Amino acid sequence: MLLEGILITIVGAATPIVLAAIGELVVERSGVLNLGVEGMMIMGAVVGFGVSLTTGNPYLGVVAGAFAGVGMALLFGFFTIYLASNQVATGLALTLLGLGLAGLIGESFVGTPGIKLEPITIPLLSTIPFIGPALFDRDILVYASFVIVAGVSYGLFKTRAGLILRATGENAEAAHALGRDVRRIRMAAVAFGGLCAGLGGAYLSLVLTAQWTEGMSAGRGWIALAIVVFATWLPWRALAGAYLFGGVIILQLHAQAFGIRIPPQAMTMLPYLATIIALVILSRNHALMRRNTPAALGRAFVPDR
Amino acid sequence: MSSSAALLRVEGLTKSFGALVAVDGVDLSIAKGSIHALLGENGAGKSTLVKMLYGTLQPDSGAIVVDGALRVMASPNEARALGVGMVFQHFSLFESMSVAENIALALDHKPTPAEVTRELADFGARYGLSVDPDATVGDLDVGVRQRVEILRVLLQKPSLVILDEPTSVLTPQEAEMLFGVLRRLASEGKSILYISHKLDEVRALCDDATVMRHGKVVARTDPRKESSASLARAMVGSDVSSVNRKQGVVPADAPLMFEVNQVTHNPGTLFGMSLKNISMRVRAGEIMGVAGVAGNGQKELFDVFSGEATVELDGVRLAGKPIGSLPIAKRRALGAAFVPEERAGHASVPAMALSENALITRKADEDGTLGAFGVLHFGVIRKLSSSIRTAFDVRSAKGDPAASTLSGGNLQKFVVGRELSRMPQVLVVNQPTWGVDAAAASFIRKGLMELAEKGSAVIVISQDLDELLQISDQISVLSHGHLSEPFNTADVTLEQLGLLMGGDQGGGTAQMERSHAA
Amino acid sequence: MPLELVKRDAPSQTMVVAAPFMALGLTILTAGITFAFMGLNPIEGLYEYFVAPLTELWSIHELLLKAGPLILIALGLSVCYRANIWNIGAEGQFTMGAIFGAIPPILFPDWTSWITLPMMLIMGMVGGALYASIPAFLKVKFRANEILTSLMLVYIALLILDYLVRGPWRDPGGFNFPESRNFSDEQSLATFEGSRLHWGIVLSFLAVPIMWFVMSRTLAGHAFKVIGEAPRAARFAGFSAKTLTYGALMFSGALAGLAGIMEVAGPIGELRPTISPGYGFTAIIVAFLGRLNPWGILFAGLLLSLSFLGGEAAQITLGLSDKMARVIQGLLLFFVLGCDTLIRYRVRLARPAQAKADTASTPEPVTREATDAA
Repeated sequence: MLLEGILITIVGAATPIVLAAIGELVVERSGVLNLGVEGMMIMGAVVGFGVSLTTGNPYLGVVAGAFAGVGMALLFGFFTIYLASNQVATGLALTLLGLGLAGLIGESFVGTPGIKLEPITIPLLSTIPFIGPALFDRDILVYASFVIVAGVSYGLFKTRAGLILRATGENAEAAHALGRDVRRIRMAAVAFGGLCAGLGGAYLSLVLTAQWTEGMSAGRGWIALAIVVFATWLPWRALAGAYLFGGVIILQLHAQAFGIRIPPQAMTMLPYLATIIALVILSRNHALMRRNTPAALGRAFVPDR
Repeated sequence: MSSSAALLRVEGLTKSFGALVAVDGVDLSIAKGSIHALLGENGAGKSTLVKMLYGTLQPDSGAIVVDGALRVMASPNEARALGVGMVFQHFSLFESMSVAENIALALDHKPTPAEVTRELADFGARYGLSVDPDATVGDLDVGVRQRVEILRVLLQKPSLVILDEPTSVLTPQEAEMLFGVLRRLASEGKSILYISHKLDEVRALCDDATVMRHGKVVARTDPRKESSASLARAMVGSDVSSVNRKQGVVPADAPLMFEVNQVTHNPGTLFGMSLKNISMRVRAGEIMGVAGVAGNGQKELFDVFSGEATVELDGVRLAGKPIGSLPIAKRRALGAAFVPEERAGHASVPAMALSENALITRKADEDGTLGAFGVLHFGVIRKLSSSIRTAFDVRSAKGDPAASTLSGGNLQKFVVGRELSRMPQVLVVNQPTWGVDAAAASFIRKGLMELAEKGSAVIVISQDLDELLQISDQISVLSHGHLSEPFNTADVTLEQLGLLMGGDQGGGTAQMERSHAA
Repeated sequence: MPLELVKRDAPSQTMVVAAPFMALGLTILTAGITFAFMGLNPIEGLYEYFVAPLTELWSIHELLLKAGPLILIALGLSVCYRANIWNIGAEGQFTMGAIFGAIPPILFPDWTSWITLPMMLIMGMVGGALYASIPAFLKVKFRANEILTSLMLVYIALLILDYLVRGPWRDPGGFNFPESRNFSDEQSLATFEGSRLHWGIVLSFLAVPIMWFVMSRTLAGHAFKVIGEAPRAARFAGFSAKTLTYGALMFSGALAGLAGIMEVAGPIGELRPTISPGYGFTAIIVAFLGRLNPWGILFAGLLLSLSFLGGEAAQITLGLSDKMARVIQGLLLFFVLGCDTLIRYRVRLARPAQAKADTASTPEPVTREATDAA
């Protein structure tokens, strides 16, 4: 029972990170570094919460959260892709703006109980011991996270669109020389990233806690960014990485249950420490990093006219 | 010229960038089944012109007529749909992807990977251009990469193939093989637009030639009826003063200024080339040429010589003193100077003023640019910068403009002049005249020769064999990270060098075998 | 999108100066529109934000008080950003500076010599610098991305502070409040008569001309700029990327740490779980709005400080959420970055492919005679 419970909570902790990370992975594969994941996520959380509260329908909240993410992403995309502004700084701006805007929008929601997204039980599969309740008796966003990861993995490596997207991230000039509309491709990728981050945010306020608190993303957007590096830009590795992090986060909850006496702050620190350690371990593996790092990552592309 | 048989005609094509009119009212007509040369110096506007033909740039005015129909190439896709294919000067390949993926990306009929592989095999066999579809492009030699580019264009089944300076990255033998392919394509009725500034090639290969200078067409001619000298005159607009140097007269007892002893070095970068057991000896007053096709270790060799990469202390000696593990600043202080290949971004910082760029290699005490606590003496720095500009005929805006505002030739004169004016004992220079106009190139070569005359050792790494044959006393060939024994320039033949450049020293490579099979 | 960027031959000197003002103008415009949407009089709202705080002496003191740490941190960050090193963990370095600097008054409360305060300031700088050396080390040694590591270290620093003030450093006589003991006069920065303004602010403002001199008149400043613009040229010049990475990060960490200890040894007077309203992040905006130039940062620091005060004022007088200040700051950074584009590029609307119209109207071959005649 305990193991089952742990599995259930790990999936819950990991899902928002999976969603945000898989979106950012696609963005980075196109050669754009969007550091504003945190900002898009928190906007997804507050808008998702607000819409579900006012309409009484959490599914509308999910859709609205996704749109909020896309809206933020398009703002970022306009500046970095069409105005060639610095991607790192603009990403930071997106995070700062998102945190501020979400705080402003959510001010009236503080303390209001929200509407939780109910699980959809899949017959038979949900009765499998251990993994059944953890994976097949969940809300739609958990299922969506798996579908999106599978879709991105297939799309990136098995379809022509994925080939073009990767080519854009590898060498934008060459893609342009072949007649690909680099800016439009990147804009689409950035929008997809915003959609996923928005869904991840909506998960926070509609499933994980079903309430709105300021700053509730708590660095998950940044952890998602680290997961993308950790995964060396490979979708299934991103999923695995996010679950590993889910495990670390859950560890802090269960350690106390086991009676381990560690200051609570040290437990809260764990995910952040783990992120640093993961980055170090991965960055040491130069060969793997170099093979998969999109070569044009972070560099603005301005076509000659 | 019978225009009825013209596959592509261009009328009054004009394109300007800011104040610069890069292409100015150009007319051009390419007959079906002909190999047409587009000749001109660096900066004459050739690349801009063909980019408009391929749809990557849009003309300001003028018309493009394909098969008698007025066309607009709004994008490369449209150009390809009209049968125009292009092999770029700076390859437009995706290094971390496979050959098949690279080719699939350029094919608008969206083939499956299996179809690409099959078509590749077909075309490879037909034209003698075999290549492994699963190989990662970044691992391939430059010559093979170009083969990928050419195959990529051929698979588009074009009626016009544009090649931008294709032989600058090839050995003479590889170039000869390319000419075979091009002649065959022409005999199949395809037209070829061949961009070059190499006159011998053009005379040997092409049926027609259009010569451009400063964005304008200055001559149309049958190159087979011209001499290299007459073509050069048309290209440059005046007689180019050729440089003459009495080679191989350095006495055998002249002191050794620069030695490299059995250095092996792995750069540790993705797709980098390891140097294997490199040795070299250069005497005072000598110019040592290092020939080779790009990507065979030139960058790595330069890094080891300059100290941007360090090796064991004894691996490199400067006037007898071991310096192999010393960083670049210490080597400079000992009297060495360096000019890297990339003038913008390596030799200079484009966004910075020329004076600040002068400081990059001129921080030594004798320059007086630095005071106590690293405080910069801007007066001295500006004076230094303007003396370099005067002495080396660097033409730029008044004042202290940013390096990015200079033309390639003028910036190259500045970064070479910055080192020559130090009177270094040893100068290492990588691709001294790459992408530079003829007048600037000749100016730079003269500067290098004068430095050698004054008793310095000069090492010139260059892809330009003509340049090396003209100015160096001895030539070694760099191939796959191996450096050959030096040859006296007077004794060596182009063919010998070409074979070495193709890798024919460590038991011949696959590349050569394939070219024999072709 | 019908938008084209045309690269300028050289960066526009006019735009270098004009771009931040354009950004400010756009921000004010957007803020005004937002106020109007919220049913407020835009003029009134903007007045409360940007003018009202300047009308009273005490609030000008507050303005300087808040501008001090912003300017100090941003000066340090500007060195990093010039060198293309993305330190976004100044908030953590600020916190660690406060913790280190608070060691003397908390662990040795009775040591109150004239040297105590200078010692605290130095320890604050050391704390910030050491904390910033972690991302430097991870970057140099393992090539770990400093953006992510420096940010993660912010969360960690805040948790360490939280642990200390709730645990070992809690004031034994403080009724279980999560606070350290109060610093004595010798352990605090002296204030000016009748205001909260302290001597540390003078230090912050003095740093501006010093930084200007270092960045524009010394080899060190030159080296940071070269490596930021062209890393290979820096290697060619003989500047060590390793040294510059440590240098930039530790220097900016030291300034953030100094700001941190000056905040707790100044207006706060003790350690608490929260000692910063986000100075470390706002300073990023200050650095960019000031175009990484010390004089620009001086101006930008004052402006951002004004937006904090304006936020507080608007909350009181107009009942406007104090979150609005964050939104305005975020917008400002966006506009700054967008307007910076004008320095390097001309922006113009694309010509509606006139060419395309031609093909559309004449898809068929024009007559051969016609083209031949041309």
